Amino acid sequence: MLALRFGDRSHLLDLLKAPVASVQDFFVLTGRAIRNIFRSPHYGDDIFLQMDIIGVGSLGVATITGFFAGAVMALQMSKALATYGQISKTGTLVSLTLVRELGPVLTAIMVSGRNASGMASELGSMKVTEQIDAMRALGTDPEQKLVTPRLVATATMLPLLTIISDFVGMCGGWIIAQLFLNLSSKMYWTTVWQALTWPDDIIFGLLKPVVFAVVISMVGCYYGLRTTGGTQGVGRSTTQAVVASTILIFILDLLLTKVFVGLGTA
Amino acid sequence: MTPSPPPSVLRFESVTVKFDGETVLNDVSFEACEGESRVIFGAAGSGKTVLLKTALGLVKPDSGRVLAFGRDLGTMRESELFEIRSRMGMLFQEGALFDSLTIGQNVAYPLLNQKSIHCPKEQVRPRVEEALEFVELGGTLDKFPSELSGGMRRRAAIARAVVTSPPLIIYDSPTAGLDPITAHTIIALLIKERDLSHTTTLMVTHRYQDGNLIANFRYNSEQGSLEPVRNGEVRRAKTMFMVLREGRLVFEGNQNRLEQSTDPYICKFVKQRET
Repeated sequence: MLALRFGDRSHLLDLLKAPVASVQDFFVLTGRAIRNIFRSPHYGDDIFLQMDIIGVGSLGVATITGFFAGAVMALQMSKALATYGQISKTGTLVSLTLVRELGPVLTAIMVSGRNASGMASELGSMKVTEQIDAMRALGTDPEQKLVTPRLVATATMLPLLTIISDFVGMCGGWIIAQLFLNLSSKMYWTTVWQALTWPDDIIFGLLKPVVFAVVISMVGCYYGLRTTGGTQGVGRSTTQAVVASTILIFILDLLLTKVFVGLGTA
Repeated sequence: MTPSPPPSVLRFESVTVKFDGETVLNDVSFEACEGESRVIFGAAGSGKTVLLKTALGLVKPDSGRVLAFGRDLGTMRESELFEIRSRMGMLFQEGALFDSLTIGQNVAYPLLNQKSIHCPKEQVRPRVEEALEFVELGGTLDKFPSELSGGMRRRAAIARAVVTSPPLIIYDSPTAGLDPITAHTIIALLIKERDLSHTTTLMVTHRYQDGNLIANFRYNSEQGSLEPVRNGEVRRAKTMFMVLREGRLVFEGNQNRLEQSTDPYICKFVKQRET
């Protein structure tokens, strides 16, 4: 009986070991990738290539998402505000929700769907075809060559994409305000501008994309580099990367919002 | 006075490797000396590829020591291993050419990225062209790996492995999945590289005829072709055979001993040499 109880306990410990080890590996990889930013060799060409893939490549999806988020927000909020006779505040609500929440989160999810999956599948394919081993055998640190450029590129491009997405979203709200709410352009843009406080909203709105960028790039690279099991394994890693990064974006969004609310920023 | 034995290039001392608690290499010990060729047989999953990756320092042993060029790989950091690896060429099972680079860029990769190679930039292209000419792929410099056939990709990977003229070259199943004619071409290239550069060779294969060619043929540089080592003539460097079974080294010896073995597992890899 005693032996059975100890057996159960060790089985439980074994079950817990795998996820704990995975989390540890993830943080070790993230730490190394950040450390490599300050160590040579630097792969500038790879960073610019990744910026193009992640930033320019995601521009379309980020602007479309931003536009419709702003437009829908304007429509929904105007209805609620009309009850209180405050329809003129539509720009304020569109501006605040976009800059603080919807812009960073929706852009991050779009970039995650497009790029975390791309990173996981690309690195996963390299792993299963032994290209990662070949890289090590030929004198290159795969984390320095593959992970750090993706981290730097995502951390640079996601805040820029978020700014663009926020602005396009405001434009979406403006079009709705013009077409359906009879708000003048001057009133809409004045309320949009006045709603934002410097530096709190701007820093808050740009800090989130930086954190999300680390999550997207590191989750994508982590699942890619631990791929096993051939092409089926690549598919599995890709799915896991998208699911994990999306969930982490929502969890971190809540935590960051709580921190900023606690600091009196939001 | 007996001549001193050639220096050790690679030495395994009771090496054990485990993955997720499962033993994939079990107490493996052997020593490859300078100029020697070692042919490694074994069934799928017997630990052949793991053995080669352990020799390169890509896999760390759980116990035992791996000494390459007299240095213990287990005590070295990844950055220190790069220097040792620059003295080893590796042909991976499927070639492992980088998809996003051209054949020329693939072959130039070790020259440009291995710090200890110190190849001046103006010499990179001529050396790449020379390596590609060596494997008879002169016109493929600007092609991508996906544009080549399987055999051509394997030859390009050989060019990448030999471009830095490393003293130890490791081949992981160089003829796997190739037709007999292409497989013969690949082995001929291996023998040519071994005999022209006097490299130490480690080769994993399933095909006995590959080992037989390695052990009994040499490259005639005047005629530019392979020729059998004549009866009574001793090749400059010896060829040793190893057989792995479920991670254990169950045989180590020369071709005669291999062919005389009565072990049913070993016999499966051996076809009697024509006399």
